[in-house]
Amino acid sequence: MSNRTNMTNRKKIALTGGMAAAEALRQINPDVAPVYPITPQTPIIEGFAKFEADGKVDTEIITVESEHSAMSAAIGASSAGARTITATSSQGLALMNEVLYIASGSRLPILMLISARALGAPINIHGDHSDVMGARDTGWIQIFSENAQEVYDNTIIGMKLAEKTEVPVMVIMDGFTTSHSVEILETLPDEAVKKFVGKFEPSRSLLDIENPVTFGPVSLPDSYFEFKIEQDKAIKKAEDEYLKIAKDFAEISNRHYDIFEKYQTEDAEHIIVLMGSTAGTAKNVVDKLREQGQKVGLLKIKLFRPFPHKEIAEVLKKTKSVAVMDRSISFGTNPPLYSEIMNSFFMFNVQCLMSSYVYALGGRDIFASDIESVFEDMIKGEKFEGTRYLNSKDN
Amino acid sequence: MKSEKDTFEIIFHARAGQGAKSAAEILAQAAMNEGKHIQAFPYFGPERSGAPTKTYVRISSREIRTHEPIVDPDLSVVLDDTLLESADVAKNITRNENLIINTKKDKEEIVKILDGFEGNLKIIDATDIAMKAVGMPVPNSVILGKIVQVVGIVKLDSLKEEFRKIFEGKIGKEMTEKNILAIERGYDSL
Repeated sequence: MSNRTNMTNRKKIALTGGMAAAEALRQINPDVAPVYPITPQTPIIEGFAKFEADGKVDTEIITVESEHSAMSAAIGASSAGARTITATSSQGLALMNEVLYIASGSRLPILMLISARALGAPINIHGDHSDVMGARDTGWIQIFSENAQEVYDNTIIGMKLAEKTEVPVMVIMDGFTTSHSVEILETLPDEAVKKFVGKFEPSRSLLDIENPVTFGPVSLPDSYFEFKIEQDKAIKKAEDEYLKIAKDFAEISNRHYDIFEKYQTEDAEHIIVLMGSTAGTAKNVVDKLREQGQKVGLLKIKLFRPFPHKEIAEVLKKTKSVAVMDRSISFGTNPPLYSEIMNSFFMFNVQCLMSSYVYALGGRDIFASDIESVFEDMIKGEKFEGTRYLNSKDN
Repeated sequence: MKSEKDTFEIIFHARAGQGAKSAAEILAQAAMNEGKHIQAFPYFGPERSGAPTKTYVRISSREIRTHEPIVDPDLSVVLDDTLLESADVAKNITRNENLIINTKKDKEEIVKILDGFEGNLKIIDATDIAMKAVGMPVPNSVILGKIVQVVGIVKLDSLKEEFRKIFEGKIGKEMTEKNILAIERGYDSL
């Protein structure tokens, strides 16, 4: 009954991905949001700050002097027991890097929205995954979003996931392509979101003077090792928690999320693996080639940290070839997503033809025809060493 | 190549500050209210007042999944005729597709600049109409009316309703009604 009520209250609106995040944050109503502006994160905090100015949220927004300070303030607020959020991009995320480890090592459930963007030099404000890939080993959960709907949903799921697991979460959208594009999404009633995330009750807090706990301790060689092992266990466990929360979310939204999205993979002989907004374009290509009788599919990664090696191996084990499309470079080695898929294959003994493509760095266009050319390479059984660069002047 | 059949694609060419982004969003919202799927997004160049900008709109009866930029539009709209020689505004506008240009120039002059253009050319002095209707040289509401007249992608009433919804709170009732008049003048223009 209650589900039914929620369903009928769902509202279709057109928002940018950035505003979709702000809308979800309004409904979550966090306690503290330390912020520092950077493009293309702009619409997220602009939108949210307007809600605060209009008295629609009770959040204390702290304007600070840098992203390093924004994350430091978030760490302070979260330690004190406040539900805490922030947002950033690119150089901002890079500047935070030092303190990202403090947040995750202290097991603080901070939610950070990221509008993913290239890193300088040379200076580039456009979208790619260089910034978030640079933060992939900081101990934060990373969830990628394809469109404004997923940004909205992941923001709500991400907040709850952080608080359940006590691992901080990055909800990632593609800079500009998602953050600045107006798309239709379905939002939930305020009450449904509030009920879903619930009241934040920290397991320990700096301001709980009845139950004193040490925050920010020194840990010597006799204990540091175990701290890190525990931290690793906690983020690995987050996969199950994510699935549980996603299942509960489906109850109120009728939108079903898995750790990844399988699109026509069931009988596919050739599968592209990628993450972010390009998945939408790739789905169109899959449909087109399927109409022509080609058995092709797409695996869209959502949860990049923790990385679901086993489940991915399970999806890809029967296919003839896999092409991994990365939107970043890991200088001097294989691209990040490609490396993870290789890990997956070796760990679970999957044998198939694998190839690596990098695309759309610094906002370079990526067209359906580029994705089609990747499928064509696979269908031809093309083998090559190293990485191919789609729609680049290098080819 | 068109990115999706069943999808109507528009590019707005303008200079930053001329309201192309607002116009694109109003059009998209109006289409959404008619039950269509939409997408509206800017070309992500360096935004500063006066810089050339491109804004894309997709309207479809089906869900829009692509995130490609638009390269082969069904309609190209130019809010500033000083862009005609630099912005490639007529690119991929073929027979039966439309190009709307806000200009004081006459048709012959434009045809000469576009050299070899085969699509339908519609010119309108939207800035002048806006000056008379709104009292400001902002051509976007007039152009919206013109778009509805030329391609009928949304109903005039939906557009006016959406304009009121978005702007009444921001610019007040009087200015909103002046803009509604501008939309109607654009729609009724020759």
